Amino acid sequence: MSDVEAAITRVHHEEWARVVASLTRRFGDLDIAEEAAAEAFATAVERWPADGVPPNPGAWLTTTANRKAIDRLRRENKRDDKQKEAQMVYDGPPEPLGAIDDERLRLIFTCCHPALAMETRVALTLRMVGGLTVPEIARAFLVQETAMGQRITRAKSKIKAAGIPYRVPATEDLPRRISGVLAVLFVVFNEGYLATGPDTDPVRHELTAEAIRLARLIRALMPGDGEVAGLLALMLLTEARRTARVSATGELVSLEEQDRGSWDAALVAEGHRLVRERLASGIAPGRYQVLAAINAVHTSARDVRDTDWSQIVALYNQLIRLDPSPIVALNRAIAVAELDGPEVALAAVDRLEDALAGYHAYHATRAEFLRRLGQSLNSRAAYDKAIELAGNTAETAYLTRRRDQLVAGSSEAG
Amino acid sequence: MRYLVSVIDDKDNPGSTDRQPAISTFNDRLIAEGYWVFAGGLADTTAATVIDNRGEQAVFTDGPFVESKEYLAGVWVWEAPDLDVALKLATEASKVCDRKIEVRPFQ
Repeated sequence: MSDVEAAITRVHHEEWARVVASLTRRFGDLDIAEEAAAEAFATAVERWPADGVPPNPGAWLTTTANRKAIDRLRRENKRDDKQKEAQMVYDGPPEPLGAIDDERLRLIFTCCHPALAMETRVALTLRMVGGLTVPEIARAFLVQETAMGQRITRAKSKIKAAGIPYRVPATEDLPRRISGVLAVLFVVFNEGYLATGPDTDPVRHELTAEAIRLARLIRALMPGDGEVAGLLALMLLTEARRTARVSATGELVSLEEQDRGSWDAALVAEGHRLVRERLASGIAPGRYQVLAAINAVHTSARDVRDTDWSQIVALYNQLIRLDPSPIVALNRAIAVAELDGPEVALAAVDRLEDALAGYHAYHATRAEFLRRLGQSLNSRAAYDKAIELAGNTAETAYLTRRRDQLVAGSSEAG
Repeated sequence: MRYLVSVIDDKDNPGSTDRQPAISTFNDRLIAEGYWVFAGGLADTTAATVIDNRGEQAVFTDGPFVESKEYLAGVWVWEAPDLDVALKLATEASKVCDRKIEVRPFQ
């Protein structure tokens, strides 16, 4: 990659959301903002190799995009009443924003508005805030490009027609709305981390990286928010183990089998710093902060045998109070198995059957406990079920190997 | 912006029938705060008649919701600055009516 290409990529990362956000503010229309921003970057790709990178690339792009938008409006020359009305919603009196006044925040909150379906929020955020192209987003979520394009177009129409406001929510709504934004980032991250679909890469790094980049952006915009810090820490501590998590042959490597020396020490250190910062705040943690703390305990152990399981179970007890979902109970049982043995843990997991019978991790966890208890036949049946339900290629490979390692015909405890 | 706010009831799982006093209080507030444009509860779906005069002669049939589980039980029209305001009111309206609420903008 030439220096200019590298500069364009970097500027695209740094400035895309700012350009789209400021144009949306000015023209009151996400569609115009998106198109003009894309044209401005295309112009940069054409011109910068010959003209050189301008001294202030962000300002250059905003000016160019503004001109493109005005050109389009002149061309169309039909700013009908509907658009003027939309403009009024967008150009309302300035709200008191205090320290977090940044155009990009308005953009993020609009794209993650609760009146949009989750899959729509995810797509819109990746396009408008992340600057991914429609084909890139379509590929990442294994949908047809035309379908993804329509999803984004429909979302932009709904925002305009339904009067979804372009602003940072009022203070009393902020915690709920932030958790909606974080949920979107978590979906992006998880889809990258546990990519689904046959013949797909087990980890889609571009999605985990994008989720982290967006989480860093929100963290920079809202440095005082504990859950933002918590989600960023959780992602960093998970991402740190990414390369250790899949073997050279494409098989999932469980936490206990991972080569801990290959974890990314810088990401681990950054994640630990964030977790310590939140602990020092003395403010009761939310769900993401507790999840980050659990991951901090895991990543603090140089050897799996040094893992402080009692601390992990205590954190899961805290998490269950915040999020009493069967999936949290399942993960808690995995820690309980280390502390109190597989028999106690199996009993806890069996109670989750009604809720989790269709979830591969439920069967994989049972299979593992049954294996430890010497119940090979039952374990094999549970592995079969887990393999049938798993969607991630590396996970399927791992589960198949574990199943095939069971000793055939060993005695059944019943 | 102007929104059509539909109250949706469910024949299998109908909302409670004692909501009128609470709805009246809520309406008074909508009027006082300047959101109220129109409101009306609807008679049973069996009272509806559909007219189709697209063909050679007009055909009258029963209402389209007679067979369906969910149906429109009443409507409001609200004037609100944006969807956030409308959704906040609708969230309260759902509690007040003990029914689902659809918020849909006018063109």
